[in-house]
Amino acid sequence: MSHTPYGALERPEIRHTSLWHQSVTIFRRNLIHIKRMPEMLLDVTIQPVMFVLLFAYVFGGAIAVAAPAGYREWLLGGIMGQTIAFASFIVAVGLTADIDKGVVDRFRSLPINPAAILVGRSMSSLTHSFIGIIVMSLTGLVVGWRIRGSALDALAAYGLLLLWGFAMIWIGILVGSAMRSVEAVNGVMFTTMFPLTFLSNAFAPSERMGTVLRAIAEWNPISALVQAVRELWGNTGPAPADAHLPMQHPVLFTVLWTVAITAVVAPLSLKVFRNRTMQ
Amino acid sequence: MTHEHAIEADGLVKQFGDTLAVDDVSFAVPRGSVLGLLGPNGAGKTTTVRMMTTLTKPTRGTARVAGHDILTEPAAVRRAMGLTGQSATVDELLTGRENIWLIGSLYGLDRRTIDRVGGELLERFSLSDAADRVVKTYSGGMRRRLDLAVSLVATPPVLFLDEPTTGLDPRSRVELWDVLRDLVDDGTTLLLTTQYLEEADQLADDIVVIDRGTVIAHGTPLQLKDASGKAALVVTVSRPDDLPAAVERVREAGLEVHVEESARRITAPAEGLSDITRIAALFDGSGIEIDDLGLQRPSLDDVFLNLTGHRAEEAEPAAGPDGSGADPSAGPAAGHTTEDEEVRA
Repeated sequence: MSHTPYGALERPEIRHTSLWHQSVTIFRRNLIHIKRMPEMLLDVTIQPVMFVLLFAYVFGGAIAVAAPAGYREWLLGGIMGQTIAFASFIVAVGLTADIDKGVVDRFRSLPINPAAILVGRSMSSLTHSFIGIIVMSLTGLVVGWRIRGSALDALAAYGLLLLWGFAMIWIGILVGSAMRSVEAVNGVMFTTMFPLTFLSNAFAPSERMGTVLRAIAEWNPISALVQAVRELWGNTGPAPADAHLPMQHPVLFTVLWTVAITAVVAPLSLKVFRNRTMQ
Repeated sequence: MTHEHAIEADGLVKQFGDTLAVDDVSFAVPRGSVLGLLGPNGAGKTTTVRMMTTLTKPTRGTARVAGHDILTEPAAVRRAMGLTGQSATVDELLTGRENIWLIGSLYGLDRRTIDRVGGELLERFSLSDAADRVVKTYSGGMRRRLDLAVSLVATPPVLFLDEPTTGLDPRSRVELWDVLRDLVDDGTTLLLTTQYLEEADQLADDIVVIDRGTVIAHGTPLQLKDASGKAALVVTVSRPDDLPAAVERVREAGLEVHVEESARRITAPAEGLSDITRIAALFDGSGIEIDDLGLQRPSLDDVFLNLTGHRAEEAEPAAGPDGSGADPSAGPAAGHTTEDEEVRA
């Protein structure tokens, strides 16, 4: 160990930093994680691509849809909806790992706004999910998916996906703060998110489901999102007249659902996060 | 900051449900000194540190760090202190240099300062060669050193170290001690928790012993040892045959003796160094050959056993009510038997 005098206690200037600066720093740290462990991206790349191929080519023939260009084009909106719903999963896993390893404690011992931990985590998780959305779009183009509406509508569809991602962050923070290990997060998320995304119009049209199942599927918030992006991309016509209300106004309901999820889950998730980390 | 004390704990209490994890803990640490917070697993050391570093709010009481109250000025406290937690919380997927950048940037240091101070720290902690390697490839000792380096990037005047050497091999431990001594020489105030009595003995100016959430002793290592019991005079004779004669002489000097025949050793309570010269005079010209004559002070381990009824490193319930549950093989050197195990509260 060398004994160089250590700047003889000349203290570097500690500047006041903004929440934005702190969040971006943590965001960049999380991006380095993805760079060092690219396999973290498998969940938004290989996995949805496999879903596209599986559904498009294995089940596709058996599922009839009222779409201009057939099932494959119709499917894409569903896979996109599922991918962005899993943003909650990504937030939860990252947050639990950081709490578990004491990283959150270390950050909280620094002169920063603790919210930066959550904002930085949310930014990187949304980036993560949007890498998936881009990969899905490209895969879609290869298997025959096309944007048939206006450019503005197409952008609006991507905007809704992003908005949905923001609502999912709160669920991620809630689950991530409540669970004690990454394994527990995996367990909870797989057993809830998969049935939730399948109990919707994401993979099969809700019109031919039984009455009760159809009501559940069409009131499932994910269905509104999926119907909205399909309509905006011109991948499906309007919902049939007997469809439940959210299917008639999918864009409006997508916005309402995100506001409702945020209003209910955000305060709860912040409380659980605070309780967990202030122990 | 003109405060005489860098750290003051003032009646800290922390209650979790029905359990009182910390019960009215108070102490003060003068600037530029080292306080050892000593106690077994679960004694409340980590909770005390978490309260003082603003990570958790005390149920009652408060503390001041560098003159700032933890309850009313937590932001100022965080600017004035560094914390190295119990498990090295460096980021495994980042390189050493990136870890320093991360914390430096969050402290609000500009890039140039981070590069300069970070470079110095890496050099100082012998991590320059590994600076651009991912931490996952580091050894336990390297991680601890990086952890400490990261805590020092903003040169905090007060440093909290929670069991800084747990899980380290003896060599890495001694190296880390050297680093800590340098820091104190530079004027940093240190509070370190440890369950290793040797560590507290080596580094601390003052020791606070806590057990089951309360302070059970407070003083310098020497004071604690003195309070714990008298020093002992130990005479070892060269020839077993001389033992009875030697015992006779010590007894004549008015001392109560304890004899260990197999070790050819006589032990007697002693007041201080003057007893050594007195006893040495007894043997002068007596024809009794002596191998060794010395004063043995109680170790901090003895102090702990004396104060709490159990040894420092055993989990509380494992100890018998009178401490007799201690492993018979655990002699005064018990401090070394578990040191390579990762022990967590």
